[in-house]
Amino acid sequence: MSMLQLLQANALVGRKARPRGRALPYLLSLPALLVCVAIIVPFVAAAVYSLQRYRLNLPYLRGFIGIQNYVDFLTDPAFWNTLRISLVYTALTVVIELLLGLGIALLLRRPTRFHNAVSIVLLLPLMTAPAIAALMWKLMTNPGFGILSYLVGLFGLTDFKWASDPSTALFTVVLVDVWVYTPFIMILLLAGLRSLPRQPFEAAALDGVPATFVFFRITLPMLAPYIITASLFRLLDSIQQFDIIYAMTQGGPGDRLMVFQVQAYLEFFQYTNVGRSAALLMILWVITNILSNIFIKNWLRLRARAHSQA
Amino acid sequence: MEHESLAGRIFRGVALTLILVFFMFPIAWILLMSFQTNEQILRIPPRLLFEPTLANYEALISGQLHTAAGNLEITFMRNLWNSLVLSSGAVALALLLGVPAAYAFARFKFRLGETIAFTLLSFRFAPPLLVLLPLSLYYQELGLNDTYFGIVWVYQLIALPLILWIVRGYFEDISPDIEHAYRLAGHSWREAFTRIAVPLAGPGIAAAGLLSFIFCWNNFVFALILASADKQPVTVGALAFVTASGIQYGQIAAAIVLSVTPTLLLALYAQRYLVEGLSLGAVKG
Repeated sequence: MSMLQLLQANALVGRKARPRGRALPYLLSLPALLVCVAIIVPFVAAAVYSLQRYRLNLPYLRGFIGIQNYVDFLTDPAFWNTLRISLVYTALTVVIELLLGLGIALLLRRPTRFHNAVSIVLLLPLMTAPAIAALMWKLMTNPGFGILSYLVGLFGLTDFKWASDPSTALFTVVLVDVWVYTPFIMILLLAGLRSLPRQPFEAAALDGVPATFVFFRITLPMLAPYIITASLFRLLDSIQQFDIIYAMTQGGPGDRLMVFQVQAYLEFFQYTNVGRSAALLMILWVITNILSNIFIKNWLRLRARAHSQA
Repeated sequence: MEHESLAGRIFRGVALTLILVFFMFPIAWILLMSFQTNEQILRIPPRLLFEPTLANYEALISGQLHTAAGNLEITFMRNLWNSLVLSSGAVALALLLGVPAAYAFARFKFRLGETIAFTLLSFRFAPPLLVLLPLSLYYQELGLNDTYFGIVWVYQLIALPLILWIVRGYFEDISPDIEHAYRLAGHSWREAFTRIAVPLAGPGIAAAGLLSFIFCWNNFVFALILASADKQPVTVGALAFVTASGIQYGQIAAAIVLSVTPTLLLALYAQRYLVEGLSLGAVKG
């Protein structure tokens, strides 16, 4: 096809499309727009509820109370417990998953058939529903017959109660989270590692540069944008974790695992306090926004630096 | 790298073995449990060799559980069916709504398109309950609570962003010149879309569909809030089953196996596309 024909084609398409041309993209995306509205309306409603005294069991008390729900949190130890547990859970899962995922990705870096098979098999935990994964670990950590309880018993830990003991509950749910989500980091970093240009590594090998230097000064900086993307996704999921914790302990024992979404769920369904539940979720939303902004800024900065070097 | 020392090779071998054991053992162990009777499961120390039984699966499939305390009705098959209906329905609707929109986003630069794309993406980063809890109140008023359609509709929050972002990338990779040439031959816009663009983006559309199916199937919190026992998918059903059956551990294991098998098989089938889908294409560029 010659250039001229192409130009004619463009002109023809342009002319033909004109009557509907402007409306067409809007018509096509109308359904998607409806879904957006279906998201935005309840979202705005939640923002409004968070400013109201709104309890499902006491509807006649409903009214605007400004930021009272938020102010109440300041002096509420349960809120600070929620904030602390959520942040600790997030920090632990993201750091462990990042280190482990990076380690596995480095081990599987060379694209041999065996390595590829391992990386595919490691996807299975990630494709298991997190709520179901929690049930699997619940069966394995059952104090009566659980295989893991039996195994740690062999090492003298006969009274290890996993998720039902306040002192080990956090460890147990973090373990399940690591089991489910480490493959996510691994698969993203593996894709990153394999897409890195070869020249810097070949040059370093020729010059006899030590492996640790190569890792910290070449591999890690070049991988940084991938590491940030992967951690951002994990960070946002982790601070909003619900499935694993709810399926495992429903936030217990006591209030040991009352992370934001579990607390908000119970606030809504158990205490029927819609206003408080909405305020809690708004705070979580603000925290996730702050975290993602920090990460995206760093990501853009690193990407700009990588491009300027290239 | 090619000439690894012996110590390095041993380290690599040990590390990979430990990793495989940690990530595969739970799946293998639950699979073994699902073929054991309760007496075999409760035996200490646990044994790897045992006489396998299909009784757990039979009980789940027949829906009747015979215990010492009497008969127990199991609705687990119903949950499995619900998962299938809800996930396929959600993916079908998302493809119907999402593919034309993805095409519009890829071919036309218009401000609304960007706004929609980013609203949907930012929902990926918002706490699900923030939308779900008010929605559950609306659903009660609208009568959508506990209907297949109502749940399929909220599943669009999972499926639609995935389809929009992945399929849009595939449409962008196709040169518009091909469609222009086709239209030059006197075909309408709709023909160019259905006969040229959609078939060329076919692999991407299929991958996005499979991934959406997996994520809808694995979702827990949407149905926990919006569905009653009658409409619950396996993720919620399995949890309810654990509470109801109490100590029937073999059946619980079998229920877990039945719940995860479809998505694990699909994941193995679609593994090539998982990287892109999991990151919404963020690692592509």
